[in-house]
Parts: sequence; C-alpha cells; structure tokens
Amino acid sequence: MKKLLSLKNVIISVAILILIWQLLFSVSSYDKALFPSPKMAFDALVELIENGKLFENIRTSMYRFVTGYFSSVIVAVVLGLILGRVPKLFQYINPAVQLLRPISPTAWMPFIVLLFGIGDVPAIVIIFIAAFFPVLLSTVSAVGNIDPVYLKVSKNFGIKQPALTWKVIFPAAFPQIANGIHLALGTAWIFLVAGEMVGAQSGLGYQIIDARNNIRADILLATILVIGIIGILLDGLLKLVEKVILKSWGGAA
Amino acid sequence: MYIEVKDASKNYVQDGKEFVALDNVSLSIDKGEFICLLGPSGCGKSTLLNALAGFEKVNSGTVKIDGKEVTSPSINNITIFQNYGLLPWRNVQKNVELGLESKKVPKSERAAIAQKYLELVGLSGYEKRYPKQLSGGQQQRVAIARGLAVDPDIIFMDEPFGALDAITRMKLQEDILRISREEKKTIIFVTHDIEEAVFLADRIVVMMADPGRIKSIVKVPLGSNRNRTGENFLYVRDRIFELFNMKADEYIEYYI
Repeated sequence: MKKLLSLKNVIISVAILILIWQLLFSVSSYDKALFPSPKMAFDALVELIENGKLFENIRTSMYRFVTGYFSSVIVAVVLGLILGRVPKLFQYINPAVQLLRPISPTAWMPFIVLLFGIGDVPAIVIIFIAAFFPVLLSTVSAVGNIDPVYLKVSKNFGIKQPALTWKVIFPAAFPQIANGIHLALGTAWIFLVAGEMVGAQSGLGYQIIDARNNIRADILLATILVIGIIGILLDGLLKLVEKVILKSWGGAA
Repeated sequence: MYIEVKDASKNYVQDGKEFVALDNVSLSIDKGEFICLLGPSGCGKSTLLNALAGFEKVNSGTVKIDGKEVTSPSINNITIFQNYGLLPWRNVQKNVELGLESKKVPKSERAAIAQKYLELVGLSGYEKRYPKQLSGGQQQRVAIARGLAVDPDIIFMDEPFGALDAITRMKLQEDILRISREEKKTIIFVTHDIEEAVFLADRIVVMMADPGRIKSIVKVPLGSNRNRTGENFLYVRDRIFELFNMKADEYIEYYI
C-alpha cells in the first residue's frame, strides 16, 4: 500500500513537471529547435535508443563512474579507518584536507586534462576527487565516534589488529561510513557529467555538448532526463545494498 | 594472596582541580571469593575495578594478580560492563564466540561452548537473535555467557545490573550467585546498592568518597542460600547502613 502510494506520488509529480514544461513551450516565443516540447524530447530519446548512441554513451559513462567512484570509496575508507585510529596523525592531515575539500572538482579539470589528455582519465579523476572527501571525513569521524565499550571489550578479549579493524571498528563505524558513501554517490554522479563535458569525447556529458554543437536541444534535454533517471536508480541501488548489509548485521544502525 | 592491592593511589586532574580517586588503598582477595566494592559515586570503586582489570593504571602502589603486576587487560580476567558491550552486528551466538575466536578455538567447538554457556544463563534458543531484539536483562546474560565462554579466572563486574529494573535485577543477582558457585569463579562486583552487595558478597568492601578510600571490609556470613527478608540478611544490611551513617538517630536509640 505504501509502495503504491509512493508510486502515485511519483506519477503525479512527473505529470506536473511535464505539464509545466508543455505550458512553457506553448507560451514561449523561442524557436522550436532551441526550446523543444516534451514530445520532441521524447522522440529524440527514442531516436537515441534506436541508433544505439544512448546505450553506448551510458556504458562509457558508467565505466568511468564505477571505476572512479569505487576506487575513491575504497581508498577513502581505508585511509579513514587508519586516520580515525591515529588522531595525532590526522590533526596534521586535517588542515590540508579542509583546504582541498571546498575546491570544486571541476576546478581541477584543466589541470587534469593538461596532465592526462582528453579521454577516460579526467572523468575518472574528477569522480574520484568528488567522492573522496565526504567518504574520508565521514569514516574518520565514524571511527572516532565508536562507543568506547567496544574497544574495551576487544582489548579484554584479546582482539588485536588487523582483526580489530574488520571485526569491530569497521562494522561499528559502518552506519556512519555508509552515510558518507551515500552522500558521495550523488556528488560523484553530478561531477561525472561536468568531467565529461570538458575532458572527454564520449559519454553522457559529452552527448550534451555534442547536442549543443548540433543545435539539437531535443537530444540535449533527453540526455538530461536520462542522467536524472540513472542518478535515481544508482541511489536506489545503493540504498538496497546498504539495507542488505545492515540486515545481515542485525540492523546495527 | 591471589589478588593483592597495596597502597594504590590514583589522582585525576579535572577542570584544573585535583581529584583523589583512590587514596592508599590496600586489599587482598582469595581465589573463589565473591567481593562487592560498595560505595557512593566518587568513592573510587570503579577506578579500583579498572585498575584490577587492567584498563587504568594507578599512580602509585601495586596491583597484583597471582603474583604478577597488572599492566593491561587479559582474556583470563573478563569485565562485564553496565551497558553490556555486545556487538550489535553479531547475533547472540557470534557474540558469545567472540573471545573464543581470539583464543583460536576451532569453529566446530565454538558453537558447542557457546551453546553450553547460553544454556547456563537461560538463553538457549536465542542463538540467532540480535542484541537489539533482546531486553536489557537478556543482553547482560549474553555478556555474562560471553565472559564465561573463555573460562576466565576472575570476572569483574562494573555495576552490571545498574540499568535494569528491580525485578530483573533480583533475578540476575540470583543467577550470578548460582553461576559463581557452579563455575567457581572469583568475582569482583562493583555496586552502589547495599542490598545487592549483601545478597551477593562473601565480603563487602565499603568505600567512601573524597578521597576514595576503603572504610571497612564486612564479612557476610550468610552461606549460599540467601533470603532477602531473613533476619540475618537484615542484620548485615543494617550494619552496612550504619557504616554509611544512614540510620535514623531515633532508630539507633531504640536499638540501644
């Protein structure tokens, strides 16, 4: 019932969005090629599916995303688990992290393109940077927030490293680490498009630039929709994975 | 002497003020004794327990168990905490097996040992439950089973029943008394509940605050069958009340 209700909400919400779009289209004086109707965008989407361009670009983008995101999460979690246990070390690293964190990953873009050239690498690096800081900081703070009684119990029962990390510290910190991983997913997906618009000749971000160059606003808007939908799907998928892990840990959250 | 504390002192500096948690405390405990450390908050009973368990070091004096200075926690002496310290991502059985894993007990034997001690604390059938699904009393039982599973020499208990309701607490007191007799463990039990101490202890170490010190050690000659409303029980309880100067004056006059 709850699921049905939320489905109803989704349908209404999307319907309102399309309605407003159609309305704006009807009253606007822009050329149809510059401001297409929902129907035109939908037709463009069908065209993209039929000529195979869409799935080719999705595959390219997903490869970059998965590579950048997962390598970032793994490096950030491992580093976070270490730094969280050694606050004395982290206090020297934290200022540098705080300096780098507010810099938009896109600001690195020209520099990265200079170093690596156009292709997969710039997009992957951008995603890596985008996901890195939220995951690192949430992991460090999660490790610092572990209930001290877990550490006392571990000491008492003779649990030593590395077992201490994977048996106690990681699962104890996991709910808060998962928050960071989740947050980073959205950020990383946003910056994938930015990365591909500047540093690539393929992928969904490039498809937008390509559409603009050909003055195909219908393709452009269709691509934007696809990016949004994939973003939602990725988020849902991650929520599902989190749920499964937490459930196998007895709902530790 | 099995456990020997000699002239142990411990100070903390808190908000720029020095606080004497333990002031020249000496105490000897025999193997197999059930000792209650009793006193108001700030009397150093938990500090003394933590020093014995190896979680804290004293500033001066010595703390020895079986002739060896205590420097760190050991799997031979298990501490039971007030907030249980169960790992919420492990089910009951896996929690009980925790210490067995570090002792490198083969997997096949772990389950049998866990089974045995869960039965002892009255929780067989709960193996696959998670701590979250248990009541506070049940969680503390799991923690006790986890402690017993590694077959420790000493069990330290730091106000273990402090978070439980009165009825559950009494039930657990009865169980820990039974278990201490059956398993023949040395138990050091911190509490601020006078009745709890009289019900459990062979000897009660009565402590006072500011500075934390031992005021007196009271033997409880009540044997193994203890009746909370029996005359002897009330007599011992009264003596402890007197030590804390908590008996109303007219009551004492009437007594004399």
